[in-house]
Amino acid sequence: MSDKKYWQSFGERTNSEAFQKSSENEFNEELSLDGLDGKGLLDAKHPRRDFLKYLGFSTAAAALAASCETPVKKVIPYVNKPEDLIPGVANYYATTYVSGGDVVSIVAKVRDGRPIKIEGNELSTITRGGTSAKVQASVLDLYDTARLRYPVQMVNGGKKEVSTFEAFDKLVADDLGTLGSAPIVLLTSTITSPTSKEIIASFLAKYPGSKHIQYDADSYSGILLANEATYGKKSIPSYQFDEAKVIVSLGADFLGTWLSPIEFARQYAKGRKVNEKNPDVSKHYQFESILSLTGGNSDERFVHRPSETGAIALALLAELGGGVTAPALDEKLKTGIKKVAKDLLANKGKALVVSGSNNVNVQIIVNAINEAVGANGTTLNWSSPIQWRQGIDSDFASLVSDMDGGKVGALFVYGVNPAYTYYDADKFKSALKKVKASVSFNDRLDETSELCKYVIPAPHYLESWGDAEPKPGYFSLLQPTIAPLFKTRPFEESLLKWSGNASTHEDYVRAYWLRKAGSLDAYEKALQDGVVEPSSSSSGSASFSAAKVAEAASAITAQKKGDKFEVVLYQTVAAGVGNHSNNPWLLELPDPITRADWDNYAVVSPKYAIDTWGIDISNRRQADKYEVYPDKQVVKVTVGGKDVLLPALIVPGTHEKVIGIALGYGRQSADDKNTADNIGRAVVGVGKNVFPFAMFNGSTFEFFAPEATIVSTEDTYKVAQVQTHNSYEGRNEVVKEMTLADFKKSPKEILEEREEELKPYGGIEGYRAEGTLYSEYDKPGIKWGMSIDMNSCVACGACVVACHAENNVPVVGKSEVLRYHDMHWLRIDRYFSGNPNDADSIQTVFQPMLCQHCDNAPCENVCPVSATNHSTEGLNQMAYNRCIGTRYCANNCPFKVRRFNWADYTGADSFPDNQRGIVDDVVLMMNDDLSRMVLNPDVTVRSRGVMEKCSFCVQRLQEGKLNAKKENRTLKDMVDIKTACQQACPTEAIVFGDVRDRESRIAKTREDNQQRVFYALEELHVLPNVNYLAKIRNTETILGVEKEEKVEVAEKHS
Amino acid sequence: MHAATGDFSTFMPQIVTMYYRLIAKRIYLSFFLVALITLSNKLSAQDGKALFQSNCASCHSVFKQVTGPALRGVTGRVPDNKLLHAWIHNNATVLASGNKYFTDLFNQFSKTPMNTFPNLSDADIDAILKYIETTPPPSTTPTDGGGPGGKEPDNSFLYGILTIILAVIMLTMLQVNSNLKKLSDDKEGVPSQEPIPFYRNKAYITFVILILFVIGGYYLVQGAIGLGRNKDYQPEQPIFYSHKVHAGTNQISCLYCHGNALQSKHATVPALNVCMNCHAAINEYTGKEKLYRENGEEVNGTAEIQKLYSYTGYDPKAGKYTEPGKPVEWTKIHNLPDHVFFSHAQHTNAGKVQCQTCHGPIQEMNEVKQFADLSMGWCINCHRTTKVNFPDSLGNDGNKFYSIYEKFHKDIKAGDSITVEKIGGTECQKCHY
Repeated sequence: MSDKKYWQSFGERTNSEAFQKSSENEFNEELSLDGLDGKGLLDAKHPRRDFLKYLGFSTAAAALAASCETPVKKVIPYVNKPEDLIPGVANYYATTYVSGGDVVSIVAKVRDGRPIKIEGNELSTITRGGTSAKVQASVLDLYDTARLRYPVQMVNGGKKEVSTFEAFDKLVADDLGTLGSAPIVLLTSTITSPTSKEIIASFLAKYPGSKHIQYDADSYSGILLANEATYGKKSIPSYQFDEAKVIVSLGADFLGTWLSPIEFARQYAKGRKVNEKNPDVSKHYQFESILSLTGGNSDERFVHRPSETGAIALALLAELGGGVTAPALDEKLKTGIKKVAKDLLANKGKALVVSGSNNVNVQIIVNAINEAVGANGTTLNWSSPIQWRQGIDSDFASLVSDMDGGKVGALFVYGVNPAYTYYDADKFKSALKKVKASVSFNDRLDETSELCKYVIPAPHYLESWGDAEPKPGYFSLLQPTIAPLFKTRPFEESLLKWSGNASTHEDYVRAYWLRKAGSLDAYEKALQDGVVEPSSSSSGSASFSAAKVAEAASAITAQKKGDKFEVVLYQTVAAGVGNHSNNPWLLELPDPITRADWDNYAVVSPKYAIDTWGIDISNRRQADKYEVYPDKQVVKVTVGGKDVLLPALIVPGTHEKVIGIALGYGRQSADDKNTADNIGRAVVGVGKNVFPFAMFNGSTFEFFAPEATIVSTEDTYKVAQVQTHNSYEGRNEVVKEMTLADFKKSPKEILEEREEELKPYGGIEGYRAEGTLYSEYDKPGIKWGMSIDMNSCVACGACVVACHAENNVPVVGKSEVLRYHDMHWLRIDRYFSGNPNDADSIQTVFQPMLCQHCDNAPCENVCPVSATNHSTEGLNQMAYNRCIGTRYCANNCPFKVRRFNWADYTGADSFPDNQRGIVDDVVLMMNDDLSRMVLNPDVTVRSRGVMEKCSFCVQRLQEGKLNAKKENRTLKDMVDIKTACQQACPTEAIVFGDVRDRESRIAKTREDNQQRVFYALEELHVLPNVNYLAKIRNTETILGVEKEEKVEVAEKHS
Repeated sequence: MHAATGDFSTFMPQIVTMYYRLIAKRIYLSFFLVALITLSNKLSAQDGKALFQSNCASCHSVFKQVTGPALRGVTGRVPDNKLLHAWIHNNATVLASGNKYFTDLFNQFSKTPMNTFPNLSDADIDAILKYIETTPPPSTTPTDGGGPGGKEPDNSFLYGILTIILAVIMLTMLQVNSNLKKLSDDKEGVPSQEPIPFYRNKAYITFVILILFVIGGYYLVQGAIGLGRNKDYQPEQPIFYSHKVHAGTNQISCLYCHGNALQSKHATVPALNVCMNCHAAINEYTGKEKLYRENGEEVNGTAEIQKLYSYTGYDPKAGKYTEPGKPVEWTKIHNLPDHVFFSHAQHTNAGKVQCQTCHGPIQEMNEVKQFADLSMGWCINCHRTTKVNFPDSLGNDGNKFYSIYEKFHKDIKAGDSITVEKIGGTECQKCHY
């Protein structure tokens, strides 16, 4: 058996023939000699004469076009230049990302009046400058072509423009006048803004009987209600993952999508970073049903049915001496729980258990567990509870009944989309028809808004004033970074108008904050910083009452157990619950686990594949049958009479009786013809909506279905996965990992291994000079270098999207990804190790892979026109205007990080629309004048036929150096220059700087982590300027490493 | 993509020359060579001017004392040619040697040190000196639209006619020769073929095609390299704004209006409120010199100021703005392709390059015209010769940023200078990203 240690694809694991063949040719393109059929060239479909004809014509056309006069360009200065604006120099404004309750303090980079990039706000103690993929991508939503551009009245399903806001106000006022005693209901997502809350309160006071209901599509009602039952507080405490030595997650994807992933990832990474002198790593156990991002990062994983979550929590509580009896579980889980309980007890006060379940009873038991392990007041911080999820599911469910019963006079919808996200959307839709006046405040005509009577466009957060209070006392302010692009009016301003207050929203916020801050100076400082926070953080506990525990336990025990398939509805880091559905950057972000983009799909286990299709993915031929072509078998998943057809992806680490389907896909207008115009061109045909599979248990929504059937159909569907290419062709020294115990025992193992390998070529010290025939080149000044800590990287994908935004990396669309034409400069490779047929055994390694800027770069030597060459600063430079597109460099790159522009993806061509019909509609959408406003003017827009790749954000390097020169000083490490990926990273996994400067963070990182530093494919003597720090796993064994030893033994015997 | 093709411009003429020689040799048309030699003479005279403008013009004028002394007559003042070369190469060593003339000169110009030019060859310096001593003084009367006077008469037309006449004579002679040969053959009874008219003679046809191909190729390549280059571009602007009046006569600093040049990649055309800082008070043109367009048409300065008022909506009589302003749509003169990153801040702020180095004698232009061709070769040449603004032992403060180049500090102490090229100033990704 030729089991490989680490595998990106099943074919790579078994090293099948098809895999070898496909990895031979990176781009997998056939020469277009169609119709040749062994006949002479003249008889071919495209004979030589045709070729000459076209050649002649195009030469003549080019000559004609070129001999036209040079176009006259105009330069139009301001009449009155704003004082703080210098054309060509970016301004940075602190503001706040607000979406569906989420609050992230950010800094928006504004170039010549246009926000073009989001960076984290390092002054925020919650995120510390970290961002997520969604936050990074949100700037593109500002320039979304599907945004609603003026207020409309919906007449017979069509929209009718309302010419002015006054006319709109009058229409609404007339309708509100006819309501009689029927109440007005404000339906919003969770609102944390103190000013918005004040405005809502004054509006409610003006209309007695009206009420405000908060509804969260990704509901946390279970935790809120459980905390009310056990702590007497209907809120969520702050979790302190950094304080925890042992972390147990019962299905909570807290690094990817659960509650506050940026904050948690940062805290989590703190406990995962390795100090060589005193190596210690927190221990992370994950119980889950399908392999999540968080599960991939965990040390030990146990799979179970989603319906067993309660039972596992109970068993754990029982093990911890909680005085409850747990229902029966299988042996593997029982041993796991025993082990976890032992570990938790040994780390009392330094342990944390979280659960992703939205079931009140489960959360009550989890609270009891946390109480038993001393989390209350240590890793659960009650002094600053999380405020960004407050929606109570039953409130919304009863609202729908009220609406259905005609008891609601008017419905104002803001920031939510229940016609898409509610499990019983049909009921909501019909109930909405019974509401006399419905007004939607939305940026587009989504599923809910198109059913409302009036829709008033809401501004994007980058166009808005406002504030947010994510935790009590922690404020984050919003200020506009661009004048409104369209005829929009903030939700709050409408409420102010309709409650008889003539003040604008801007004035209201300003007055509120002048009052609160005390002085104009203090207010302006707050605006400049973007955050107002208490000077010191405190931790606090809450008194726990165990009264409801027994009741919860019996409710869980009473749950009936089935043996049918179960469906887990999970969120991905890109799609979430669909708040950014029409965002091409997010749609093209490959999922960290499945490495697929542009769709959702049914995640099934390898066992299911054996049972259904007879495909054993550990078998060479059978794996190929599944993997080589993107066509995946379509399965029909049925839950409670509703069914959905989805392609199936086999993912190791999935429970054999579980199907995972991502939420947030399948956006569609009532009339599908309108989807492109109203929701967006990018969402057309992308995935299926599975919100209808969620269930309402009487008090909360639960995002799994305990009884489902799955039937394989004859159809296939193409899924765009990026995992099967970018192969290293058998070279596997790309990732290195060790167990913590081994690392403690022999810390120098990796160093010695490297020394041993490089010994014939001068050892580590002399390798650079002696390992080559080439001579050394002078590097008189700066030498750039990057270090990536594989222990800190959680694969959240923020860096990938940040790179898109910073470097004008094009979106290519699904059809191009299918042809391996994806353009990501930075990708996060996912490696599995372990036995694919044993879900518990799967270990996952994530490795961000970008151009390694090799000092002895193989790509440079083969370029016939020297378009790629080396700089004295250690950059592997790419001169686009010199590139003639031979692609030799990409073929010679061992890391497969070079990207070729197969089409004019960014509209660099002087002929507009010449790509229509060649590329996907989404690429044309990205080429729209509006979308192109997001392009970074300091980075060339690459044209067709040009190679590109990571440049270490050279525009930032040049800008940083220039700023230092302007101020007549040397570079400030980590201040002047941060690459986009480094800035976006919530876990500080990426360190970048000048290696030559001994005091720099990068030099220190390499110095302090000598035992973990390694270079990918070091033996090739390509001399990368990117180093990795080996992953230290807190487990007993590393499956990848163990496997290799076994193989060696086996080979010796044979 | 014209920037990338800039490299070809240096070797293409050589190739062309080779072709010419080949043909000339084969068919004994030696007068081609004569023409070529004359052409190359003309080139070296041009070189002196270009070298002067790119290296010296920011501080020196030929006839006027500016930052440095007027240079006409310098070879008379310093008869020792060797000393003069040494001074231009590295004036610090000459000063250190205690030369009286130069020490006095140094003191006279309040000890402003002169740049060093180690990269200029002796031939370069001679070309510059030749230009200084031979260039005619500018006429004192305003130009009358015929362009600058004293332009060298262009002889190429004459040469062309000469070439054609000679070619015709040669053809006639060849014809005569063949006729005579035929006659003599007839006389001697040697049977000869029927004569072929010259237009059907394959040798002639091949020759003509070859000539056309070479000439056509030459112009095609030249044309292709020149695509998108607009040296001497001088469009008519919506307002006749004279840099000569503002920067020349009135000595207004360039940075007063183009202040962003120190901070941004763009120097930017100033906003109208900057104009109105002065023009709220100055509402007529009272200069002694009359203003003329390039075509000789006289310009009424006061009327041009009125145009500014109509753009800004200013009523000079009432002394206030009565209408909303609208921006002026200037025609952009200096255009770079999209794939080129150029930062004014880097050059003016960090590099301390004078505006005139790239924009030419802007203070003498009534209507701005593009001075340099903005080709890649032009950029690179400057990066190869310009010194880095290092902090050094000669008392130059320099820019502290460059203190990281430790390796070069020793070299600088030894009197060497470090050019921009040596710290990576000619690498692709300094300008293309």
